[in-house]
Amino acid sequence: MPMSRPVVRLLPFFALWMLVTLLLSLSLDARSAEQDPTLAHVSTLLVKKFDDKAKAVALLVETNHPRTEEILRLIQDGELYYRKNDNRLFNIPVAETGAQAVDLLDASAITIEKTREFKKVTLNNLMRGQIGLALAEIGLKSEDPAQREAAVRKLLGELSDESVAVLRKRIGAEPVSAVRDLIQVALAVNDLRNGDEVARLQAIERVEGSLESPVRTALTQVAESDVSPVVKQKAQLALNGIDEQIRLYGMVETLYFGISLGSVLVLAGIGLAITFGVMGVINMAHGELIMLGAYTTYVVQQLMPNHLGASILVAIPAAFMVSALVGVAIERGVIRFLYGRPLETLLATFGISLILQQAVRSVFSPLNRSVSTPEWMSGMVEINPVLSLTLSRLYIILFCLLVFVALVMVLKRTPLGLQVRAVSQNRAMARAMGVRSKWVDAMTFGLGSGVAGVAGVALSQLTNVGPNLGQAYIIDSFMVVVFGGVGNLWGTLVAGLSLGIANKVLEPWAGAVLAKILVLVFIILFIQKRPRGLFPQRGRAAEG
Amino acid sequence: MFIMNALKGDRGGQILLGVLLVLVIAVPLLNLMVPAGHALHVPTYTVTLMGKYLTLALLAVAVDLVWGYLGILTLGHAAFFALGGYAMGMYLMRQIGDRGVYGNPDLPDFMVFLNWDALPWFWSGFDQFWFAALMVLLVPGLLAFVFGALAFRSRVSGVYLSIITQALTYALMLAFFRNEMGFGGNNGLTDFKELLGFDLQSDQTRIGLFVASAVALMLGYLLCRVLMNGRLGRVCVAVRDAESRARFIGYRVENVKLGVFTVSAMLAGIAGALYVPQVGIINPGEFSPLNSIEVVVWVAVGGRATLYGAVVGALVINYAKTYFTAELPEVWLFALGGLFVLVTLLLPRGLTGLLRRKEASA
Repeated sequence: MPMSRPVVRLLPFFALWMLVTLLLSLSLDARSAEQDPTLAHVSTLLVKKFDDKAKAVALLVETNHPRTEEILRLIQDGELYYRKNDNRLFNIPVAETGAQAVDLLDASAITIEKTREFKKVTLNNLMRGQIGLALAEIGLKSEDPAQREAAVRKLLGELSDESVAVLRKRIGAEPVSAVRDLIQVALAVNDLRNGDEVARLQAIERVEGSLESPVRTALTQVAESDVSPVVKQKAQLALNGIDEQIRLYGMVETLYFGISLGSVLVLAGIGLAITFGVMGVINMAHGELIMLGAYTTYVVQQLMPNHLGASILVAIPAAFMVSALVGVAIERGVIRFLYGRPLETLLATFGISLILQQAVRSVFSPLNRSVSTPEWMSGMVEINPVLSLTLSRLYIILFCLLVFVALVMVLKRTPLGLQVRAVSQNRAMARAMGVRSKWVDAMTFGLGSGVAGVAGVALSQLTNVGPNLGQAYIIDSFMVVVFGGVGNLWGTLVAGLSLGIANKVLEPWAGAVLAKILVLVFIILFIQKRPRGLFPQRGRAAEG
Repeated sequence: MFIMNALKGDRGGQILLGVLLVLVIAVPLLNLMVPAGHALHVPTYTVTLMGKYLTLALLAVAVDLVWGYLGILTLGHAAFFALGGYAMGMYLMRQIGDRGVYGNPDLPDFMVFLNWDALPWFWSGFDQFWFAALMVLLVPGLLAFVFGALAFRSRVSGVYLSIITQALTYALMLAFFRNEMGFGGNNGLTDFKELLGFDLQSDQTRIGLFVASAVALMLGYLLCRVLMNGRLGRVCVAVRDAESRARFIGYRVENVKLGVFTVSAMLAGIAGALYVPQVGIINPGEFSPLNSIEVVVWVAVGGRATLYGAVVGALVINYAKTYFTAELPEVWLFALGGLFVLVTLLLPRGLTGLLRRKEASA
């Protein structure tokens, strides 16, 4: 009986789960209110005035009660309620009729009939601070070093006599050096504020190079208004050092943004580098092939809505195939009649781009479609307090490099690549050697178009997917290819990255639009100086 | 006499100028003299529409001059057209005076809106018509001269030139979209009241603009025809067909290109200046690279290197555009795109090429 097999396999797990639940409920019963006077006392205090609530919190922390963290978090998140008629405490994640309410003391669940019967355990600012401190203190004892570090950072932000005492207690016991250093920095910041002159000087030395923002605030204060001129001067020096570092990391960030923008440009342009560079065909429909790739991503995502993470991986080959097929159709249907007449090709392919745009508009509506970003692509990598890198940009950069390497490999290491290069260098000779030049043309164009489709997958993660997506990138792609030197993949890579970086470097002081204009003007002037781009093709193939 | 000489052997041109002349006389009469409702009455709306088409035809002639005869596929001529339009638009803005929404006698509405307290320096002088008219010629001309001097001297040619002309108009579009540029940003210049004291909404002014457009087209056509009939025209064709050879024989190719390119840009500027009062607005969208490419297609559809073909193409496609975008907006881009493909594949000599072949075989 094949159907029952999964059920049989699951039976032991089911049994285990039952056991665990049973044990849990027993243990909860064991520490129910009757056997736990502290908790019972706390629960009576929590429904009263703020003073009493503060006492309750203090009591929890003092007695080191095992459920302290849980209760404090519930209060902090506003999920702790009490029932008005008997003052019993309940955990209510969603306060609405029909939702679950779990009794805090005996863990029995009831269904809320009227939300009016329950009232939230409210907080004032004083208590919020108290709870934050208590939680941080608990966090300091956590098993996970990352959590301990976060707790120290939290305390560093709101230093007080109590938190300093807590940190002092902790520093000897801390096994991880990174966390220990951070505690030292926190203590030093305290010294900066409250210590005598010697302590302040030592503290300045200790915090030097730290990028935590409270450090900077404290140092600024000292540098401005310390009584001792020596301390003042040293603080200023340390501050300058920190600012220098922040500037440096700012530059790293700009560079990162620039490279990621450049990667987008390279991705958009590299397909064109093949069709325009290798074949000499100006494909104005290139942008629309990118657009088709983006729409393919959208369709794939619609087809597999429960597997967003995988859909993007499926979309890459799918987009390649769709765009490549359309590309081959364009080549067979139109472009092959126009070889040797680049300007006519330009017009004809422009016509095709209009048709593709309108086709997409008719099929998918003129509105933008949103493609969602899978979870594994979103988020940040925090390098240090002033520098964190967006993951999606990182993936784009990696993806761009991957596509680039793959293309170079195809052109340099495969029979197709050999034939493509042969035809682009000398068509007549290649034909004489038995290369089917027409087939090679179609394949090359398909390859370039397919890469455009793959670029569309990447772009769908960055911008809206709409009928005008292609137009937005066509001029940029041409700029990248022309700037890099036609017929040169490496030129395209260098050009794309440098234009991206130039754009991002100019942006802070010129604004996004003006930066773009400046880059365009620069390219126009550059072409005057070097009409064949950064890396011109040499030899006979370059003429014409 | 001079006109007859210029049009010798130019059947298309003779017919075209003849038709234009008839229109110049007939349209005003049919609009003003024939009462509304009569079958022969030409409504003012149609007059303005025709005037608009004629300015676009002039733009097409300018493009045909450089593309048809000189082989420079410019994808940036809309930039010169729009610059001419902006120069005229600035004059018209100044004519509004204190009749704007904010009633400020010195500043156009958008500047009041942006809280500017003085007119930027490049707006001074535009309250004089002669100055604006001069700028209509000078600004596009100067830009074309500088751009051309750089590009042609360094022998940027073929598709490279096409791409950087496109970059030029794209950069200008981005620039004019910025509010800080002082040209009305996104909204451009609009809400014009009068031109040389004539109310822009009145039938008479509209007819005047139509006649001016037709005359400008005729003069522009004649100018291009005269230039291309002479020695210069033959050098141009030589440059188009064998640039290196023309250079080796001793012609200064870059000077020829530069001169013709500049003249063409000025013609485009005039076309833009006549276009703006008739449509009543100029905004950065006119710089869009798409517009420039569209002009090239008019020329291609009409027939390259004929001049009258450019006019025919511009009129036919723009009429089709007006018709399709109103009746079947879904179909328009399909039709235009298909036209691009079909004309380049099947009709390398354009629509007028069809007629000429018949003529030759008859």
